[in-house]
Amino acid sequence: MSTTLPRPTKVTTPDEPARETPAAILPRVSARRPILVAVVALIGAMVVGVSVGPADISLPTVFSALAGHLPFIHYHSHTSAIDWDVIWQIRLPGVVLGGLVGAMLAGGGAAYQGVFRNPLADPYLLGVAAGAGLGATLVIVEGSGSNVSTFLPFAAFAGAVVAVAMTYLVGTTSGRRASTASIVLAGVAVAALLTAIQTYLQQQHEPDLQGVYAWILGSLGTASWADVRLILPYVTLSAVVLLLHRRLLDVLRVGEEEAGALGINAARVRLIVVAAATLGTAAAVSVSGLIGFVGIIVPHTVRLLSNASYRVVLPVSMIGGAAFLILANVVALNVQAPAEIPIGVVTAFVGAPFFLFLLRSRRTGVL
Amino acid sequence: MITLDAVTVRYGDDVALSGVTGKVADGEWVGLIGPNGAGKTTLLRAIVQLVPYEGRTLVDDTSTDRLSRRALARKVAYVPQKPEFPAEMTVADYILLGRSPHIGYFGSERPKDHHVCAALLERLDLTDMADRNLTTLSGGELQRLVLGRALAQEAPVLLLDEPTSALDLGRRVDALEIVDALRREHGLTVLSAMHDLTLAGQFADRLILLAEGRVAAVGTPAEVLDEAILTEHFGHQVQVLHSPDGELIVAPRRSGVTTGRDSREG
Repeated sequence: MSTTLPRPTKVTTPDEPARETPAAILPRVSARRPILVAVVALIGAMVVGVSVGPADISLPTVFSALAGHLPFIHYHSHTSAIDWDVIWQIRLPGVVLGGLVGAMLAGGGAAYQGVFRNPLADPYLLGVAAGAGLGATLVIVEGSGSNVSTFLPFAAFAGAVVAVAMTYLVGTTSGRRASTASIVLAGVAVAALLTAIQTYLQQQHEPDLQGVYAWILGSLGTASWADVRLILPYVTLSAVVLLLHRRLLDVLRVGEEEAGALGINAARVRLIVVAAATLGTAAAVSVSGLIGFVGIIVPHTVRLLSNASYRVVLPVSMIGGAAFLILANVVALNVQAPAEIPIGVVTAFVGAPFFLFLLRSRRTGVL
Repeated sequence: MITLDAVTVRYGDDVALSGVTGKVADGEWVGLIGPNGAGKTTLLRAIVQLVPYEGRTLVDDTSTDRLSRRALARKVAYVPQKPEFPAEMTVADYILLGRSPHIGYFGSERPKDHHVCAALLERLDLTDMADRNLTTLSGGELQRLVLGRALAQEAPVLLLDEPTSALDLGRRVDALEIVDALRREHGLTVLSAMHDLTLAGQFADRLILLAEGRVAAVGTPAEVLDEAILTEHFGHQVQVLHSPDGELIVAPRRSGVTTGRDSREG
């Protein structure tokens, strides 16, 4: 490098606005292509999700039933009432709910990894899982009959939100200045406390043990449109807020201090992102149970296959997470039909080897 | 202009800075020198509100603790001693981070942000690397890039914490020449912590010597780079030599070792 500098021909000053020429647009990683690929994968997963099931329904019948339900298209479907019910009341709610839950868990995981700058962060980091687990366990062991299914989502949601609120309160008031480390450590402590209470309750109510474990391992087998309606507002709000923070999450990649010097209030960004991710994740697990692994595997797969910028990671993780969980649900419902494998087992069983393969075959510096 | 008014920083019971007072005039380059732990980094971090402090720090007569983070970043750009270079981030994405103070909370980069950064990349001879990952850049290129990110903030005040610590001698001079050239072009006010006393004397208009959190000496390089002052505060024998063209060269003396020159003279 020469110390004799070329004269500045295009440098701007605060008083002199830049001369805008198309050539000065910097080359940036585009999110369009990865999003397009993820959308194609999602459409494929949805087609598989509505087409595959224990009931033998042909693909044309499935498409006919779907077309007959589309607005503005006056197509009269000849699908039988039973097939119509299987497609519209069983498979499609499962696909939509799986998509919402998968999108939320993967998007929440990506966002948590961003604000905590920790590759092992997932949406359960601050106690969502422990809180939801305790809430669900309380209803299962104390409730009876239909009360359980009615109140369980609300108890799980409330438990998750209260757990994260406790974590934040403890983590941000434990020292002179709140750091990500103090919040994460508070999350560990709160999760340990709530899990201990949950374990005690389980031991005291042994007959309910299987119900609690079934919920913890997750299921979308009884998904309904009511579940979709229940979580849709929370997941939508959460996803929108997280996506709006994708540029700020990129700024946080240089660390909280440098981001602060660049004009970003890192603590505020962290609070808003955690609140949004918690709201969406709590809603998701309240109807699906504690499906693990999605929040870690999907964002890292996106980073390994595409780019680490949150302009790419956040939207593609959401779409990819939706596709992943829809397909995992197909496996969970059909491999041992009519018995159902817990979907959390499927996500770990399928996801872990795939992730290890990626880790070995691609660059790992992005993690 | 930067004004420091009795700035004191405590880490628990330890006092890192004690009543530091001083001024840096518009367009001036002031070098902060002093031994390790003297408080140079702490002072820079106090100005950008990264550590709590007592007293006042003002930029253009505005108290910096009254400014929002965004407003402060429009007035003061800060280059830390060890900047973070995220893996899988391109040069273009990195320099655009410097435009953050000019982008709304939910906003995204506009054409003007690209133009400012593209011009700086050209100025710093980094245009051809715009789409490269940071991991592929050399130490000197990264140093220029982090300066570019700070300049992209278009702030009138530039704080540099050991801006050349990771560079070899030639690259140190190159990097400081760039800072000096850009300072003159943009009328920047520069306050930089510097370990290399010779370079500090060559580039800064004035020097502030910090020792044990206090201002030990202030003045022109010729006034502050004094053998007795430096020897007292650095805890080691120092010699200040004058080059034929009048520049000051600061070098440590080895205790108990006779140099070649001494033996020849003897």
